[in-house]
Amino acid sequence: MSDSSARRVVSVIVVNEASVLSRITDLFSGRGYNITSLTVAPIPESRYSRLTIVTSGSVRVIEQITKQLHKLIPVLRVYEHEDMVEKEMALIKFPITENLSDINTLCESYNGKIVNVGENVVIAMVADEPKRIDNFLCAIKRYNPKEIVRSGSVALER
Amino acid sequence: MQISGAQMVIEALIAEGVDTVFGYPGGAIMNVYDEIYKQDKFHHILTRHEQAAVHAAEGYAKVSAKVGVAMITSGPGFTNAVTGLADAYMDSIPLVVISGQVPMTLIGTDAFQEIDAVGISRSCTKHNYLVTDAADLPRILKEAFYIARSGRPGPVHVDIPKDVTAQIATFDYDIALDLETYKPHTKGNPRQIKKAMQAIADAKRPLFYLGGGIINANAADEVRELVHTTGIPAVETFMARGTLEHNDALLIGMVGMHGSYAANMAMSETDIIIALGARFDDRVTGKLSEFAKNATVIHVDIDPASISKLVNANFPIVGDIKSVVKDMLAQSSVIDAQNYEQWRETIVNFNELHPLTYYEDSERLKPQWVIERVGALLGDNANISTDVGQHQMWTAQFYPFSRPRQFVSSGGLGTMGFGFPAAIGVKAAAPEKTSINFTGDGSILMNCQELMTAVEKKLPVINIILNNNFLGMVRQWQTLFYDDRHAETDLSVQPDFIKLAEAFGGVGYRVTTKEEFDAALEDAIKKDVVAFIEVKVERFENVMPMVPSGGSLFNMMLLEKKESK
Repeated sequence: MSDSSARRVVSVIVVNEASVLSRITDLFSGRGYNITSLTVAPIPESRYSRLTIVTSGSVRVIEQITKQLHKLIPVLRVYEHEDMVEKEMALIKFPITENLSDINTLCESYNGKIVNVGENVVIAMVADEPKRIDNFLCAIKRYNPKEIVRSGSVALER
Repeated sequence: MQISGAQMVIEALIAEGVDTVFGYPGGAIMNVYDEIYKQDKFHHILTRHEQAAVHAAEGYAKVSAKVGVAMITSGPGFTNAVTGLADAYMDSIPLVVISGQVPMTLIGTDAFQEIDAVGISRSCTKHNYLVTDAADLPRILKEAFYIARSGRPGPVHVDIPKDVTAQIATFDYDIALDLETYKPHTKGNPRQIKKAMQAIADAKRPLFYLGGGIINANAADEVRELVHTTGIPAVETFMARGTLEHNDALLIGMVGMHGSYAANMAMSETDIIIALGARFDDRVTGKLSEFAKNATVIHVDIDPASISKLVNANFPIVGDIKSVVKDMLAQSSVIDAQNYEQWRETIVNFNELHPLTYYEDSERLKPQWVIERVGALLGDNANISTDVGQHQMWTAQFYPFSRPRQFVSSGGLGTMGFGFPAAIGVKAAAPEKTSINFTGDGSILMNCQELMTAVEKKLPVINIILNNNFLGMVRQWQTLFYDDRHAETDLSVQPDFIKLAEAFGGVGYRVTTKEEFDAALEDAIKKDVVAFIEVKVERFENVMPMVPSGGSLFNMMLLEKKESK
């Protein structure tokens, strides 16, 4: 992968207030940066939220993104992750007629399992590194998944 | 104190020491205007267009070094003001712009004169607020003023729904600001400053690259001292005009697309750039890959995002210019001004080879002459604003600026229609100085309704219209890059500028000779009323030198040499 398209994960701690998410996404669109995925949730027992943004760009672009994010008034901190634990999750709906024990075994090796059983479908959950989620989604193709929902990343620096 | 949201706005403005507000009333902001009517602590200047209110506040802010304030209503009132917000954002001008909004109960219903104002202003303000509870107003307004003037200054927009202005709540402006997420860094890193000073001392061809941040930081005195102590030549950006006196031996001139030959050559040949409050704008650098190829870069700026954005800084220094330059001065003994003698001579030679000049070789007056003439007659006694185009570049090139905050112009956004309302704000801030607006026959029509404001409020701005019957700068590009096809730039059809000024109660002059110009300017100053002086100038004059867009800074189109000036 060339430097100019290198994948980066940035975490942003922001004041949890109205329109703060628009400020962040407007900055990305206004300055021509990409957002590959985005995860937002309040930080427990604080007035802040944490955003995890997966983006891409050269070292210089990422440096600009970091600085521009920092310039926004409600932004407390920006982490450009170097050495992190990163996880995504995915929910997958399978027909109940598929081999459920195979599916469950596969899910288990990706930190997941079947989490819901209905009349016609089951829903499975996995949580792992983005690359591994890619692999998983590839591996389950043969079980005819009906619907796949993939989350954004969350990351913590080691 | 239990008061209404509208009264809070007034109390906050008074507490902030605001003495002039520019604005235009309308439905959603009426509660606030009702309180303006009842008070006598500050002036309200009614412009005739919301865009003009914001530009006037910009002019006021620039000259007074205070936060400018504009007030407008919702919907079209706000959207008209957006150009002003964007202009102030690009040029880092501290403003607080207060807009009315439809009542909270109607937000989101496509109500009459409703628009998502904070949604629109988000990308062209330093920060913005939608006030949803009058109890938050004191804090929000206090934050707004603080954010506007601190760090890298900029416009802050406060949108207040009509029912919030009617709501009663507690007003206490004596609250401490608690902005945990906003703490501008003002003190430069001492070790980095020390290393930078040593790098300058080791250099052979150092160059100061002075930007508008110096003026925002009120640091011109310190910068002048640093330049003189070190004996290092300096170039100024368009936004920095007036940082050094025009006749300062160490001032090479303006740098960039229409910078002088010597300034652009110095920038191309320097071995260390000392950038102070400048942002390596594309109009300054030309082609980036060819820009100052052999130079080390010291970059001092209050805004970390400006450093290494376009040109990598070897010595990044985040801090307030005034503070950092003082620290540099304290260590200036490492630098020996004698070392740069040869470099200064080189620059003198550049200047002699291609001086910044023009030739009086036409029947009609040359626009540059008009600007030089005003400079000779008024010099330091005038504050100068401009619109956007050729006249703007000629003003930056030829007016003898002698102090910071003397020059007010739309640099970053390049807003035609900026000059006249800005000059009204300038005059309101500094009534003792003559307020001159150099403008063009294109630009002046973009806010000429402000004649009414100037007449009503007795703000005798003198507009000098350099009339070439063209949208001159675009015509120049058409001549140079589009085979002289004048697509929609011929402004042969024009109003009678004398009658236009007179229709509003101002005075108008049309001049074609030097004598007429002198007489008109003298008369306009004496009459002390808003004036249009229309000067018929050479139609096809080009702004030279010129670095074509995307070209290298050292590769300039130059004025063709002729015998006499």
